[in-house]
Amino acid sequence: MAELTNLTLKAIRDGVAGGDFTAREVAQGFNAQIAAADKLNAFITPTPDHALAAADAVDAKRAAGEELGALAGVPIGMKDLFATNGVQTSAASHMLEGFTPHYESTVSQKLWDAGAGMLGKLNLDQFAMGSSNETSHFGNVVNPWKSAGSNEALAPGGSSGGSSAAVAARLCPAATGTDTGGSIRQPAAFTGIAGIKPTYGRCSRWGIVAFASSLDQAGSMARTVEDCAIMLGAMAGFDPKDSTSIDAPVPDWAGALSGDLTGKKVGIPKEYRVDGMDAEIDASWEEGKAWLRDAGAKIVDISLPHTKYALPAYYIVAPAEASSNLARYDGVRYGLRDLPEGSGLQDMYAATRAAGFGDEVKRRILIGTYVLSAGYYDAYYTQAMKVRTLIQRDFDAAFAQCDVILAPTTPTAAFALGDKADDPLAMYLNDVFAVPASMAGLPAMSVPARLNSAGLPLGLQIIGKAMDEQGVLNAGLALEERANYVAVPKRWW
Amino acid sequence: MSNYRIQGATGEWEVVIGLEVHAQITTKAKLFSGASTEFGAEPNAQVSLVDAAMPGMLPVLNRECVRQAVRTGMAIEAQINKWSRFDRKNYFYADLPQGYQISQLYHPIVGEGELTIDADDKAGIPEDKVIGIERIHIEQDAGKLMHDQHPTMSYVDLNRTGVALMEIVSRPDMTSPAEAGAYIRKLRAILRYVGSCDGNMEEGSMRADVNVSVRKVGDTQLGTRTETKNVNSVRFVMQAIEHEVQRQIDVIEDGGKIVQETRLFDPGTGSTRSMRSKEDAHDYRYFPDPDLLPLELDDGFVEECRASLPELPDAKRKRYESDLGLTPYNARELTAEVETFARFETLLSVAAKVMGKSEAKVATQVANWSLSVAPGVIKSLGDEADLSNATPERQSAILAMQDRSEISGRQAKEIYEIVLKTGREPDEIADTEGLKQVSDTGAIEAAIDDILANNQDKVEQYRGGKDKLYGFFVGQTMKAMQGKANPQVVNQILKSKLG
Repeated sequence: MAELTNLTLKAIRDGVAGGDFTAREVAQGFNAQIAAADKLNAFITPTPDHALAAADAVDAKRAAGEELGALAGVPIGMKDLFATNGVQTSAASHMLEGFTPHYESTVSQKLWDAGAGMLGKLNLDQFAMGSSNETSHFGNVVNPWKSAGSNEALAPGGSSGGSSAAVAARLCPAATGTDTGGSIRQPAAFTGIAGIKPTYGRCSRWGIVAFASSLDQAGSMARTVEDCAIMLGAMAGFDPKDSTSIDAPVPDWAGALSGDLTGKKVGIPKEYRVDGMDAEIDASWEEGKAWLRDAGAKIVDISLPHTKYALPAYYIVAPAEASSNLARYDGVRYGLRDLPEGSGLQDMYAATRAAGFGDEVKRRILIGTYVLSAGYYDAYYTQAMKVRTLIQRDFDAAFAQCDVILAPTTPTAAFALGDKADDPLAMYLNDVFAVPASMAGLPAMSVPARLNSAGLPLGLQIIGKAMDEQGVLNAGLALEERANYVAVPKRWW
Repeated sequence: MSNYRIQGATGEWEVVIGLEVHAQITTKAKLFSGASTEFGAEPNAQVSLVDAAMPGMLPVLNRECVRQAVRTGMAIEAQINKWSRFDRKNYFYADLPQGYQISQLYHPIVGEGELTIDADDKAGIPEDKVIGIERIHIEQDAGKLMHDQHPTMSYVDLNRTGVALMEIVSRPDMTSPAEAGAYIRKLRAILRYVGSCDGNMEEGSMRADVNVSVRKVGDTQLGTRTETKNVNSVRFVMQAIEHEVQRQIDVIEDGGKIVQETRLFDPGTGSTRSMRSKEDAHDYRYFPDPDLLPLELDDGFVEECRASLPELPDAKRKRYESDLGLTPYNARELTAEVETFARFETLLSVAAKVMGKSEAKVATQVANWSLSVAPGVIKSLGDEADLSNATPERQSAILAMQDRSEISGRQAKEIYEIVLKTGREPDEIADTEGLKQVSDTGAIEAAIDDILANNQDKVEQYRGGKDKLYGFFVGQTMKAMQGKANPQVVNQILKSKLG
């Protein structure tokens, strides 16, 4: 059944619909792949029965001649940040280890409603804080890719590193991700897959464990642009339970997908050419320009002057919100409770949170608490919010000159696990190209472009106007059509 | 100005008071969740996933709470901010599941307004006084800890968690406990008129944080203030102020300094005690709640709020005086409580119809009846009175008989007593029980003739200028008529016969 697991999401869906194979066969195939991939550590909780039950329901529907959903028969991976009814939702933390919600996130419910099933809950950086998956309480995910001639374990990116590794290793045809400051795009680039973060507000945040509310956004990760479009179409939509959700119809992105960019202008932001940037990344960017020109687009130089402030501002805003969002994990109602003998409420808080949160989470809670403190608020938080407005204005001005922006997704290819674990600043720098679009709430995607000289994937990023996922996906498709990216990680797990 | 002064060892002191009133907004659902707000449910029976702050849960603003806050703002003639925003106030406590309270620090929904407290000589408020209101903002209430359920553990009840509150912040414009009391009573009346809060202080629907400082008479600078939290009755607010004023004066006169701190009121002793000082004060790390968009009110919504406002206490009181001709006292008493004016206006409308007169013509009679006669009867009957018998129609029937001089004031009371006890109809009672005045001129004339004939000497004295004797003749006539003679008829006949 191995060949079924090499199929794209669309091929699986169409194959099930056309009777080429059953949804159960597909689910079984992926379940087997997952069972044999423990070394990747991509899943925290495999849920083979969920996938099989959904598959059987689709097969039964098809047999009954009923209409099938957009994802009928497609088993997917679910980042373990989405609340799933009856299935542990851990956010890769000790704090929520064993926490099983009795509610379903809006996005996952929409996926099930579209006929998808769940292969399992995917590993991630703890509370989605990290760029390498090393902050997970359940051990890091390992990138299925290796550098040529090296056996060194590489980071799958983060925070959606379980998602990226699982899709790249054919453990699932597609997976959900969430992107707060690059958490879909960076891991997609590190593993040679596609991933899109839609406009902030496109996907409901209801039922997603919150990291930074004004930045968190769910998106799809798959091997092709078209698969991303199909899956995102099923995930997106207005949700009255999320006050920041956008009340607008969801276009048929997959249906309108076109790689013809005739008449389109692609902006190249000069500020993204940073000192010390990997020459191969630069070369890949140049190649991307040529591909888009070939697709009919005009390449224009643009300026996003406040780009260099985006990362520092992000590391104020995101931790500030996180410090407040994570206050609910206090040992009182659910999750971990550490109540030392004879201790009081304050002791319980301290013990619970000391034991329940990892170092990176604590670091961000401390930063966030600090920047919101009396006497520092204006110097940090207020200032960061001003920067955020300036970044948004940069993009507004840029989009007066172009339709989409092309940039590298990351400044380097996948780095080795452990490389940056002790240097948070170096780790944070990895998101330098991803963060500005997050700060502006814009749709952005990473598309696999090529392998570098070490045989590792590199991604190219497309950033679009708010609500213009179509423009992003079309430009992504134009890249994909010319990249002829067919590389598959060599199985070692 | 209040003349409230406290004589200390070193001279005269005056007091400056500001109040932050927390008023629970009357709605069926909580501020950001659909859970019920009904009082008295089993612990944790009214808790949604949002209230319990489960992972991934998000707040959704309840439109009705916004509407009630806007209407309340309009009732205190305040600026309505069409753009406001919610902030998170961060602190850890077991009754606060989110670890933050959603409130409005930076951009409240209601800005500067005011309220007038009524002159009350007895309370030392010589004239009406305007108290400034700085702002009203909307925020979530916290849950409740129960410390008496287990020997070593505290329990948490989250039913109240997330219930919508308005925090109504006054200017430090009050200068006596009586003014503070009057302010709360007036505010409570306005809230109840508007229907935005039931004002039930026993159930905690209204609580006040009391800010008090003292200074020497003549000083222009404010003294250091203390804040006494969560005082839940008008009397306790006044007590807390009195205690706090005396304590502060004692401290200062003993050479000490007032520290800015939060204090608790102990209803048992009527005193306050320190809860935490400024040094231990929380740093709440307020910042805009990223789960909620700024709250923008459109013109239609604001207009709808305005159109739905009822007549408010001050306007009603003025109308009672100018249009209904009531005395200032009656007008104030009748408009103080929603129930009082509602009963009055119903009775007034029915009574005017029954009597076939304008409301203005009968208003004074109905007001006196409502404020003194009827309550007096009800009080004297105690448990014997069944208030459900006191329909506006029956009361109007009594008032109409009185208006037609068919019954005396005393008879009216007696009839009302029987109505309250039995539910019988007033006209029937008057007939059956003989509770009617005699207006039969012939009978009265005969009685008077008799009396005058038997008291020739007094008649002479009266005619000779001893006017006081008139009362004697009236008394004798009434006695002869067993108290049932219509006094007007008696007067008329007596005067014509005595010349």
